[in-house]
Amino acid sequence: MDFTDTPAETEFRQTARAWIQDNAPAYLEAPLSGSGFGSTRTGDFDPIAEAKKWQKTKADAGWACIQWPKEYGGRGATPIESVIWGQEEGVYGKLSGTFIIGQGMCAPTMMAYAGEEAKLRYLPKLASGEEIWCQLFSEPHGGSDLAGLRTKAVKDGDTWVINGQKIWTSGAQHSDYGILITRTDSDVAKHRGLTMFFLDMKSDGVDIRPIKQANGDSGFNEVFFDNVRIPDAQRLGEVGDGWKVALTTLMNERLAIGGSIATGFPEIQALVSELVLANGPASSDQAVRSKLADWYAKSAGLKNTGARAISALSKGEIPGPENSIGKLVAGGMMQDIAKFAVDLQGLGGLVTDPAIARSQAQIQAMLMRSPAVRIEGGTDQILRNIIAERVLGLPEDMRADKGIAFSQIPTGV
Amino acid sequence: MNFDFSSEDRMIQEQVRRFLSEQSPLSRHRSVMEGDSLQASDVWQGLAELGLQGTAIPEAYGGVGAGYLPLCLVAQELGGVLAAVPFSSSVYLATEAITCFGSTEQKERYLPKLASGEWVGTLALSEGPLAPSPTNLTVARSGDTVSGKKLVVPHGLAADFAVVLVTSDAGTDLVLAGLEAVERSAVEIVDPSIAAATIDFAQTPCESLGEPGDGWTMLETLQHRAAVLYAFEQIGGAEQALNMAVAYAKERFAFGRPIGSFQALKHMMADMYVALKLAESNAYYAAWALQNDAPDLHLAAATARVSATQAFQLCARDNIQVHGGMGFTWAFDCHLFYRRSNYLALALGGLNEWENKLVDALPSAVA
Ligand SMILES: Cc1cc2nc3c(=O)[nH]c(=O)nc-3n(C[C@H](O)[C@H](O)[C@H](O)COP(=O)(O)OP(=O)(O)OC[C@H]3O[C@@H](n4cnc5c(N)ncnc54)[C@H](O)[C@@H]3O)c2cc1C
Repeated sequence: MDFTDTPAETEFRQTARAWIQDNAPAYLEAPLSGSGFGSTRTGDFDPIAEAKKWQKTKADAGWACIQWPKEYGGRGATPIESVIWGQEEGVYGKLSGTFIIGQGMCAPTMMAYAGEEAKLRYLPKLASGEEIWCQLFSEPHGGSDLAGLRTKAVKDGDTWVINGQKIWTSGAQHSDYGILITRTDSDVAKHRGLTMFFLDMKSDGVDIRPIKQANGDSGFNEVFFDNVRIPDAQRLGEVGDGWKVALTTLMNERLAIGGSIATGFPEIQALVSELVLANGPASSDQAVRSKLADWYAKSAGLKNTGARAISALSKGEIPGPENSIGKLVAGGMMQDIAKFAVDLQGLGGLVTDPAIARSQAQIQAMLMRSPAVRIEGGTDQILRNIIAERVLGLPEDMRADKGIAFSQIPTGV
Repeated sequence: MNFDFSSEDRMIQEQVRRFLSEQSPLSRHRSVMEGDSLQASDVWQGLAELGLQGTAIPEAYGGVGAGYLPLCLVAQELGGVLAAVPFSSSVYLATEAITCFGSTEQKERYLPKLASGEWVGTLALSEGPLAPSPTNLTVARSGDTVSGKKLVVPHGLAADFAVVLVTSDAGTDLVLAGLEAVERSAVEIVDPSIAAATIDFAQTPCESLGEPGDGWTMLETLQHRAAVLYAFEQIGGAEQALNMAVAYAKERFAFGRPIGSFQALKHMMADMYVALKLAESNAYYAAWALQNDAPDLHLAAATARVSATQAFQLCARDNIQVHGGMGFTWAFDCHLFYRRSNYLALALGGLNEWENKLVDALPSAVA
């Protein structure tokens, strides 16, 4: 066991640090450090334009998606180098939010299932941020029960014709491409009749409508498909194998989110260190200290669990469902922290104007964004089911849809 | 960077596991806690034959000199079977105190006998219901003797000597005192397998350990180091409590289905698993910090300690819940874990104390 850098790792760290020093957009450092989860603050600059610019700068110098093979726009770096890069990139890493879904979930799916030509065409541009991708999975009738989705794909010669609707598609309005899961057979059990594709979001018949979220932003969208045609060459995996392909995406989703997940701990620690309560400094209040200790222990536990997963990965082991704990712990914790932090500040803690509220209102943004962390990418309940069934081996839930053809499953409407 | 134990460390763990599964089943723990014997001396002897008490003791003093990483894994195994041996008091506390603060002469006198298991040591700290502090100690040193009453001393009935925290002219001292001629009586505590004692020192001969006056600082160091090892015992216990719950939930039927298919129970066990995983990962980091005397050892140790206490208490508590009425019987083993989880939670100072230590050790916030 060794938590320090080897000489090669030290050298890598120094190279990365020097390059970042010379090339990072230093003018964004201050606003970015006030970014909490759910609010990328770039001051007077456009967040997406700045994100694309930084991503392209990195890509041109071989610092984008460093774990990917070189021919796909990466650097061929090891998992540990990738962790080191993340530590060194620091606050500028907050600019990558726009690309997480594409690089963290769509790309690994493409790497596993797309043909070589498609990989060479699409992956480098995904790495460089020149093209943004989204994940078209959830539907009004298929969220937790993703395999209950209804969007239809029907084969017509060399193309497929898509009709239906996706919902909660993050970033669809900025996306160039997306991966799409559809139903190609309703007369078999629900997991068996699915097929995966990737598509051009500018295709005829794709209609994207942003949805206003509870926190006031519009990160996610409804996406309607009206006779959209997708070439068969853009199919990922076999016809009817879509569930298997989707699991690749979802597994990577946990990894992409797992390691460096935001918990809100640095934010609450900073607040506590400067806040003075009626009975003295917050940092000497026993109730505050007790919570701080609990949250630190949890966030350190996540960090160290992530480190163990990286170690396993570098030994060639495949990280399993145990990585579901990351988002499960972080989501609830962030919500608790935000509530507590606001509470400590009294009514003034509710101010959401970044010009007035402490740290550009990062805590308030967290308060309003954190409920979604417990829903997106698998709800808290679904993650507990996964841990219970796939890690602990407890019996499956009783299911009303087992062994029935999709078309015969009760829908409640 | 490499965040896992080496295969050599794992081999030692495997060997200990095999030994304990044969020689120290829960029934062995139970016979001790029900009063058949003071401690499982056969298990103690077997551990000694494997050289385990001397795992981290340097070879020059009769130990194995294998360091703290394998010792952590030994602790995890002992925790899993609730071994009824004075390992924690003797190895993590008494041995550690002499290794860290003893003179060469003291090391030569004590460590070989501790390594071989011939001597058992313990730490005599607490004096009553209050947590000890530099200002509330009554056990006092006068020259080369110590007098006063310590309550509760874990493994105090089984120990040959104690490291005693005393008040003195210099402030607070740590002293070594032999226990053969001292009046000791059994005191019942929540975990009866601990051979806890009240010890009445009456002008008992003692010698300084480290510099007089440094007692409290040394104690703090000692507690942080031991916290890492206690954390591994705690995660060992938590893991077995969870295993027990999962196994029962798969077998027991209610409403025509295994109770493990009810989400209320599945989610409860998922949360036990999460607490265990976090504790395990923090303990791994702390093990490394202990082995390497890392600058953040105190923070790492307090973090591991807080997580491990939370995990074992949660797992032991909810293991009872999963078992229903069976869980509340003397005959089922659930209460053994529950008792041990509460003992280990307090053995080095309770959760609240460690939360404070953790916050004190945090590097200042970067706003
Ligand atoms: C901010 C945000 C961004 C998102 N981005 C994307 C995206 O980019 N692409 C995409 O495809 N999707 C996206 N999603 C959708 C997300 O994956 C789904 O919302 C999520 O999987 C839950 O599905 P649902 O909304 O249909 O809720 P439902 O499945 O209807 O769940 C409602 C409640 O029922 C509970 N529940 C359901 N089934 C079970 C069960 N078996 N056991 C116990 N409880 C159960 C749930 O936990 C929840 O509390 C996003 C969601 C959010 C909030």
